[in-house]
Amino acid sequence: MKVVGFLMLPAGWFLVLAAIVLFPSPALRGAFSLVGFALEVVGLVFAFRAHLIPREDKR
Amino acid sequence: MPMPSKLTEINSLACLAFIFIIPLAAAGLAIMNVGLGRTRSAGHMMMASLCALAVAGLAYFVCGFSWQGTIGGAGHTVFLSGKTWNWIAANPFFFGKLSFDGAAASLTALLQMFSVGLAALIPLGSGADRWRLRAICLSTAMLAAWTYPLFAHWVWAGGWLAQLGVNYGIGRGFLDVGGSGTIQALGGLTALAVTWILGPRRGKYSADGMAPAIPGHNAVLVLFGCVLALIGWIGLNSAGAILFTGGDAPGSASIAINTFLAASSSALTAALITKIRFGKPDASLTANGWVGGLVAGSAACAFVIPAEAVVIGSIAGAVIIFSIELLELRMEVDDPGGSISVHAVGGIWGLVAVGVFGQFQRPVMNVAGASLSTQLNGITSGQWLAQLIGVATLLGFVLPLTYGANLLINRFYPYRVSVEGERQGLDLHELGAGAYPEFVTHTDEFLPR
Repeated sequence: MKVVGFLMLPAGWFLVLAAIVLFPSPALRGAFSLVGFALEVVGLVFAFRAHLIPREDKR
Repeated sequence: MPMPSKLTEINSLACLAFIFIIPLAAAGLAIMNVGLGRTRSAGHMMMASLCALAVAGLAYFVCGFSWQGTIGGAGHTVFLSGKTWNWIAANPFFFGKLSFDGAAASLTALLQMFSVGLAALIPLGSGADRWRLRAICLSTAMLAAWTYPLFAHWVWAGGWLAQLGVNYGIGRGFLDVGGSGTIQALGGLTALAVTWILGPRRGKYSADGMAPAIPGHNAVLVLFGCVLALIGWIGLNSAGAILFTGGDAPGSASIAINTFLAASSSALTAALITKIRFGKPDASLTANGWVGGLVAGSAACAFVIPAEAVVIGSIAGAVIIFSIELLELRMEVDDPGGSISVHAVGGIWGLVAVGVFGQFQRPVMNVAGASLSTQLNGITSGQWLAQLIGVATLLGFVLPLTYGANLLINRFYPYRVSVEGERQGLDLHELGAGAYPEFVTHTDEFLPR
């Protein structure tokens, strides 16, 4: 889950970069950027969940 | 009308005066971190703060500034869809070719040397009581030599984030006057990476699901640190407005007012929320709210009216309090200083606030060669998108970069002290002497659990 989360973070960023370059229309560019950002948020949630402390390690 | 390479005499002098008071922000953060930690690691925290400042300054001098550069300086570029993307500076190492004749470049170098030190102090709060001193120095060197200069180049030295307005008509490019993103969010995300690598302090999370509070040892230090931080932040925001957006010295009065109002409203909101929820206002959370207001208000301080600064601060105060609770109780992130919520969450909110509240009464000269017409109010739109792209860069590039770099260092030089060292306290374990040698020691702190 950690690897997936940390892959989704840059993947979302690349989507945002792609939106800047590929879409001249502000509406499309904004929508595509928001999708990229949403992907980053999901990746961040994965990263947080991956770092939850296992029950046996709590002391 | 490109950004002038030399400031007017009054702007130059004012800028210099503002930069000279920035170390007070570092002093404020350092003693806040000390106060929020435990007595047995107090001396270590102060020592670590001093070492982090020193290492950050030296690393930035050696190579950091050469990669960050200044507006209009030499840089490496790539061409994408017919546009030039300036991605890293190409200055000589060791401040080479930097002339100290009042040029904006020399003032930028001085400001950034203090700013990178400030960024380096942020992770110390979250790694308190368990982060080894030499590991702190290594992590700080990485931050000051590579992570910070790269992102700061993109924002403050005419890099591709600043160029978004000129190249693609996206607002005026990514704007961050006082460093909500460049200093604070970057430091806060580094704090998150370090906290993930270190894990929680022993005894913080028990097997029965409880997360007992481990209170700071000196509320006076924490609250006094807030006042020191305010002074430093006024210098930081005012100098940033002059150097990175083409502002004037007389405009600094409104920046100072906005900075103070954002901090005040944020602290009062935090005090109010804690009073409602816990029955009494919480001193450490109120202090976190104060600094969170300073952090959130930094990005937009030159582009908002005082009433908007109050709104930005109030929202920051609320968001930070709930973020601290969410991270500690739900996400099991042990952050004794609240650095992640205050600096990362507060900083990101500050960046978003530029897009929400920003009013641009004057041209924003954040890119070399930008014509006045492209930077004027009303000519371009989509400032919110420019800010979103900046935030996406912090989350999608800076966080994985700083996590990977710290993970790599941790492989070769483990960050965390031994179990015995943590039990004993970092003062005795790493420095050989306690910060408060005349204190009565609690024996249970030295018994194995």
